Amino acid sequence: MTTIGVTRTTLLKDLLMEWRSKDAINSMLFFALLVVVIFSFAFNPTAEESRRIAGGLIWVAFLFAAVVALNQTWARELRNQVLDAYRVSPAPPNALFLAKAIGNFFFVVVLEALMAPLFVVFYDLRSVGPVWQLIVVALLGTWALVVNGTFFAALSIRTRSREIMLPLILFPISIPALLAMVDATTSILTGEASPDFWIKMLAVYDVVFTAVCLLLFESVLNAE
Amino acid sequence: MTGSSDLSSSPAIVLDNLVKFFGRFAAIRGISASFAPGRLYVVLGDNGAGKSTLLRMVAGLMEPSQGSFTLLGTKNHRKVAHRVGYMGHAPLLYDELSGMENLRYFAGLYGLDDDTVCRKAMQMVGLDPELSRRIGQYSQGMRQRLSLARAVLHDPELILLDEPFSNVDVHSAREMAAVLGRVRDKGKTIFVVTHQATLMEGVADEFVHMAAGQIVSREEAVRKAALSNAEWTPR
Amino acid sequence: MKQLFIAFVVLTLGLLAFSTYQALFVAPTEQTMGDVQRIFYYHVPSAWTAGVCFFVNFLASVVYLWKRNLASDALAAASAEVGVTFCTIVLITGPIWARPVWGIWWTWDARLTTTLVLWLIYVSYLVLRRFSAGGQTQVLAAALAIFGFVDVPIVYMSIRWFRTQHPSPVMGGGENSGLDPAMLHAFFWNLAAFTCVGIVLMVVRYRLQMLEEKVEATHAAAALQGDSR
Repeated sequence: MTTIGVTRTTLLKDLLMEWRSKDAINSMLFFALLVVVIFSFAFNPTAEESRRIAGGLIWVAFLFAAVVALNQTWARELRNQVLDAYRVSPAPPNALFLAKAIGNFFFVVVLEALMAPLFVVFYDLRSVGPVWQLIVVALLGTWALVVNGTFFAALSIRTRSREIMLPLILFPISIPALLAMVDATTSILTGEASPDFWIKMLAVYDVVFTAVCLLLFESVLNAE
Repeated sequence: MTGSSDLSSSPAIVLDNLVKFFGRFAAIRGISASFAPGRLYVVLGDNGAGKSTLLRMVAGLMEPSQGSFTLLGTKNHRKVAHRVGYMGHAPLLYDELSGMENLRYFAGLYGLDDDTVCRKAMQMVGLDPELSRRIGQYSQGMRQRLSLARAVLHDPELILLDEPFSNVDVHSAREMAAVLGRVRDKGKTIFVVTHQATLMEGVADEFVHMAAGQIVSREEAVRKAALSNAEWTPR
Repeated sequence: MKQLFIAFVVLTLGLLAFSTYQALFVAPTEQTMGDVQRIFYYHVPSAWTAGVCFFVNFLASVVYLWKRNLASDALAAASAEVGVTFCTIVLITGPIWARPVWGIWWTWDARLTTTLVLWLIYVSYLVLRRFSAGGQTQVLAAALAIFGFVDVPIVYMSIRWFRTQHPSPVMGGGENSGLDPAMLHAFFWNLAAFTCVGIVLMVVRYRLQMLEEKVEATHAAAALQGDSR
């Protein structure tokens, strides 16, 4: 019944369920692909321009795709009201939050890994700056989106118009993280500036909001 | 014929002027009652009487608007969560997993690492642990049985069941009722909310009647062989 | 208590009248911008008042999660609404001032963008309050309020940095432009007046919310006694 134990158990259960149904991954992939194609009609960049705008395009595509996954993973707990079974048990609420957040993180990172080659191909991308920095930005940035996203998805799943509620409350609060991700990615791709400040800022954002989420999740879970 | 009248055993549940509002609607209107342990209570009443609401509050899924209650001797309900089992009106199971996979997960929530516990629970309710079918494909009867298995998996002292027999075939329902009787005989306290009083007549210790958010009467059950084909077990 | 409040309202109205007089007639006309600059006496105090309201909202939300009492939730709801109102005034007066003076309606500098994001966050707070059901509303809203408030300094810092990397026009003459002492006078009167207006509105809205709760409680008590539904 320790937090780590329950987190592990819940995470494995979620991964198993996702592996069987592939609901979240498939919808995310398809959505991200759609966004990429539509963007390529909206902007028709040369290779040079691509490097400048790719950062923004990529993260917008991932953001929208992530929202799909975020709603899915909580929707699973509302079918058959199975969340009641968790709440009734002595399992700590934060373990549930961590399991969902880590699961979402995993799904979005898989999405990013699958989509990255596509972006390289569609926009003829080549990075001037070091690729490992891109990976660091991607990991920090994804956690920033996912940690708040998981929290707000749990919050909005209980409201009317839940599909619109999540982006509505998630996007404004995620703006600094999005800005950091986009500008850092652009800096690295074009090699024109150092992403150091952004990386540090993302790290601070991650720490601050993970703490806030963990502090407040129990109240939200048990809100009637 | 009496239930356990051992005066030294403290009550399983004590309700103290419990009130629950949903907006302006008073679902529970000031209930004070005490329930001795080791008995099977059947809670009856019309729709809207507040039976499910009361059960959900006791299970810890809802906070009372006013009043308080003592669970297994304490007001710190989280502390005794591992000694309470709950079966909701909805199945409280994952459709995409098999029976054993479901139980393994819920066992993990209670800190139980052992497959045998899950197997025994499934066998107790008459299900085959080897069945690898997703429970989404189970019949309603099988699903309710598995839900019951989940509720008693961790050997709780207090078991709360909300309409366990809804949409269940007669055979499964009778078996579940018998299982509940056997569980009660081991000294557990059971609360069953149901519309189907006749099903419980063979095993109930007490009938609790609710109406309009209050308990209106409680009566000792008299178990007679004549009412059903269930065997009368002399005490 | 009620007389005290009425006295305060009268004082506020007087203050508002006096400060308006100061802003429109007493303060000197600005050298380069002309009379348009007088919007400044409304723009900045509105921003200040909005900030005060959102801070009150943050405190009330924290207290609510801790104490779970109706009063703190009512204050949170009231302060958010008043805060959004003043923030809207800021976002409208800003472009009205900017266009004739700097030639552009809007720029994505740190202050403006942060104000816009602030507005978005608290509007989403109000939407959440409207769209969530019964008992959950207060807890969910309080949680969101805390997130929002914690986020604002982060938003400001990140856009500040973004703009040092990618400079764009800054309106209002930068962070530390000095004010003529004569204007300072009018400015402070308006600051005081707007803060008082904000407080008055918050108190009124708070009272309204508490009254609504009281009505609900009375109905509930009646439901407990009889069998009216």
